[in-house]
Formats: sequence, C-alpha cells, structure tokens
Amino acid sequence: MQPHDDHPHVPGPSLWPVGFAVGVVVLMIGLIVSWWIAGLGAIVALVFGFLWVRDLTVGTPLTHTPEVPPESPTGAAVPANVGAAAMAPASLSEERYPRSKFLEASTLGLGAVIGGIVTVPALGFMVGPPFLKQGQKERRLGPLSDFPEGRYVVATYTADPTQGVVSRRTAYVRANGLLDGQPSFSIISNHCAHLGCPVQPNGPLDQQNKKQHGEVTLIPTISIAGFGCPCHGGQYDTEGNRTSGPPVRALDRYSFAIRDGDLYIGTPFSVSHVEGTGKDATIHKWTFAYPGEHVDGLESWLYPIQPPH
Amino acid sequence: MTTTRRPPTRNEQLQQTILYPVDWLEERSGLVGGIRYFLFRKVPGDINWFQTLGSATLTAFIVQALTGSILAMYYKPDPNSAYPSIQHITNDVFAGWLVRGMHRWGASVFIILMFLHMGRVFLFGAYKYPRELNWIIGVLLLAMGLGEGFTGYLLPWDQTAYWATVVGINLNGTAPFLGPFIAQFLQGGTYINADTLPRFYAIHMLLIPGAIFALIGLHLYLVIRLGVTSPPWSKEAAGTGTMIPSQNGGRRGLTRPSTRRRSP
Repeated sequence: MQPHDDHPHVPGPSLWPVGFAVGVVVLMIGLIVSWWIAGLGAIVALVFGFLWVRDLTVGTPLTHTPEVPPESPTGAAVPANVGAAAMAPASLSEERYPRSKFLEASTLGLGAVIGGIVTVPALGFMVGPPFLKQGQKERRLGPLSDFPEGRYVVATYTADPTQGVVSRRTAYVRANGLLDGQPSFSIISNHCAHLGCPVQPNGPLDQQNKKQHGEVTLIPTISIAGFGCPCHGGQYDTEGNRTSGPPVRALDRYSFAIRDGDLYIGTPFSVSHVEGTGKDATIHKWTFAYPGEHVDGLESWLYPIQPPH
Repeated sequence: MTTTRRPPTRNEQLQQTILYPVDWLEERSGLVGGIRYFLFRKVPGDINWFQTLGSATLTAFIVQALTGSILAMYYKPDPNSAYPSIQHITNDVFAGWLVRGMHRWGASVFIILMFLHMGRVFLFGAYKYPRELNWIIGVLLLAMGLGEGFTGYLLPWDQTAYWATVVGINLNGTAPFLGPFIAQFLQGGTYINADTLPRFYAIHMLLIPGAIFALIGLHLYLVIRLGVTSPPWSKEAAGTGTMIPSQNGGRRGLTRPSTRRRSP
C-alpha cells in the first residue's frame, strides 16, 4: 500500500490542459474560418489531451492493483473487487438468502415497477406527440390564372385551420410556364436556411393586384432580385440559391399539385442548390431538414437521422 | 421534595408565554435548532462581501419564483390570449407593471449574479477538493437558469419573443446528431404550433423551477457540510496551524504526492 493513502485523490498540477483548451478554441474558430485551422486545432487538442491523460494516469497508481489484507485468517489474499471472493458468504451456517434481503429487494423492486408504470406513460405523453402525426396537409392557394408567368407571388395561408393564426405560413410561388405540356411551378419557403427567420422578396410588391381567397392572400411581386433575411443578412437569388451571408444551403421548396384548375401547396423538402433557372432548373432535392443543417457534403454527416417531419 | 422554587417574575412569565409556541415547535421538530445551525454557522474570519454573491443569487431566484407565481394568476398561455393577457397585466391590473417588471428585470439580475458567483468561486479557488461536486451542481444550476431565460422569453408572445424563439429552437436544431430531435421536442412538432406556447410555459414554470429547487437544496447541503472556503490571501488557510509536512514533501490534505518525478 502507498503511504498516506488517505490523502484526497486529486491529480497533481499539470499545464497540459492549457494546451488542450487552446487546441479546442482553435478547432472551434477553424470550423467557422477554414478547415486547415480546424485540423490544426484538432491535432493540438489531441496531442495535449494525450499528454494530459498520460499525466493523470502516470501520476496516480491507476494501473496498480491495491493489495487488500486477507479478510479472515483462512481466506486467500484476493483483491476484494475481483472474482468470487467479492461475493463469498461470510459463513455457510447462516441463511443463504435471508428474509430481510428478500423484503428489501421486493420493496425496491415493487417501488421501481410502480414508478415505471406511472412515469413511462407520462414521459411518452411529453416526448411522443412532437414526433407523431406530423406532416403537412395540402392547402389550396388559388386558380392558376392568379399566378402570372415568371413573377413570384407572395402566398400567405393557414396550414392548419384548427390551430388558427399560429399556423399562418408564407410561400413564394412562381409560374414557370409549361414543361412537357404540364404547368411548372417554383414554390419557395420563406424559412431562411440559416435559422428560420422569414426571408423577404428583394423588390416591390404589386399591392393593387392583391387577391384574397378565403384566408389565402396572394400578392404579386413586380420585379425582385432575390430574397433577403432581415435577421442575420442571408441573401438568396431568385431560385433560392444562397448568394451571401450565413445560410448553409438554398431555400426549402414545396411540392405542388394541380386539381380542377387550382394550385395546391404540398409538403416541404430541402434543397442544397439549384442549377439553371425556371422550368429548366435542376433542383438538388433532399428530405426536409431544419434550418442551419447541411443536407450535403461532409457536414451533413452530423445529422444522420431526421425525426419524422 | 424540599427544594424551594422562587416564583417566576412577571417578566419571566411574559417571556415564557411569548416563546411558548417556539418551544412547542422546537420540542417536537428540532426545526428552530436546525435553522440556527443553518444560519449561524462558523465561517472563516477573513471572508468578505464577495462571499455573499451566492446568497444574493438565491434571493434573486426566490424573487423570480414569487413574482412568477403571482404573474401566473393573470397570464394565459394560449396563442390567442397570451399577448392580450400580458397587456392586461401591464396596463390594467393593480401593480401589474411592477410585478412584471420585477420578473423581467429580475431574470437578468439572476443570470448576472449567477455568473458573478461563479467567477468568485473560480477566482477564490473554491471549486477545488473537496468542493468539486458543488461546482458541478452549480454548472447544472447555470444551465437551468439559462433554460429559464430561453423559455420565459417566448411567453410575452410578441414579434421579438416569437422570432427570437424561432432562432433559438433552430440553433438547438443545428446541434450534431440529436439536434433535430431536440428542436422538434422543444416546439412540439415540425413547426411552432398551438402547443408550443403552453409547452414552454409548463417547462418555464414547473419543470425547470422544480429542478432548480432540488439542485439548490443539494448545493446548500454541500455548502453546510463542507463549510466556506477561506479567501486565497487568507493567513488562516485551512490546515495551516496544524500542518505536518508529509514524508513526500507534499502539503498534507491538499495534494496527492506525485510519484512521477521520483524515478530512481
């Protein structure tokens, strides 16, 4: 045994954590600035982290098994935490499984069962609903004639009438003319791909031609240069591609359907980027993800599983 | 029995009568002694005003709990009536502006005091052995306090509150791996919906305060059990008077002697 083993088990002083902290800071800065700096920070953090851990383990006798004095004159000098010696009965003449032990275990076990019966449904009630019965229902936006070709229309609608004003949404709808004999539309979500603020069209609105169909409001734009976010300055072109600022991908889009000459807005999906414009565009489509999440590239590995949206 | 007892004077009789309820309570519960033990502990002689930051933080939290409970009597956590009820509290209810102001500014005071208290503990080295666990509990309390700030910010349900919460939830959503699940759990669905506000309200006024009360209890238990640290400049530092140098040259009771530099 070590002398003075009653001393508090604190590691000796070490300077390595300072280097480790510097490495982590450089790594964080690198994530914003450049991959090279991030890699450098990671290496520094790893090296100093290794030195720190080595310092801790070398300084204290972690690797050295404590010797335990024999419990009884006849017992073998086996460490108390190893093998069957830890559970060896003190005496065989005693009851093998005393009544007090049974009562103790059954009280605790019964308590755990009752606690589980009460807690599990309550926890499920708290955690379950946000992930169940999600998904968007189709909403009617208006007749096709309300969407002039080549111009965005600001469509404001109620996604779920039972919830009222809190589910008011805005989408930017542009008719692209006919593609293979079918009408083509670009429907862009107004949720900024940075942190979800509402992007605004960069250009004037044609308030004279505003139309109201029930709770759906349609206001055509006159000529817009793209979309901009008022919160942190993210900018997008007319296809929703990010042009500057903090967003990590292009603006989300919606699927659409046409029935009886009316345009219906469908489910949202995420877009990494769009090549080309209008009906000839190639849309790189991904499953819906929250703002700020990369949908392609290395960073998308950070979000391997999406909850049911 | 032949002992003669002096009849109690009028003054003593009066004192006994007044203190009777306290004696009754003490005899049956020991609470009076317990409170005296809690409040009138021995502390190092050279502590200073910096050591009151913890109890100041506790006071700020109690103010938040009281004003919050009273605000809950008038506030309506429903998307259609939350903002009107806030206007009602501020403009119509007697002293509503004052209580709401206390809660709104007291929140900042609470957060600032938590950080000052944390800084004091750090600079005085009061987080060191054997008080590491109390530092960890303090960090949890800090996280809970910031959670109170985040969930409380939505409750006025005005434009600032709404969009700040959208940004805050989506910030949570960008956390690796679990982020999207945390965001969806917080807002109660894929988008902010009619359930989000009551959800934040329940978290703000029941879940997190309950956790804070429990953690404060643990925090104070450890403060009482371990005592208050002397300031670093103290000449009466713990163990100085009876210090016996250990054989390895280390200071007894403060560090474990390192075996690293003693290779043969």
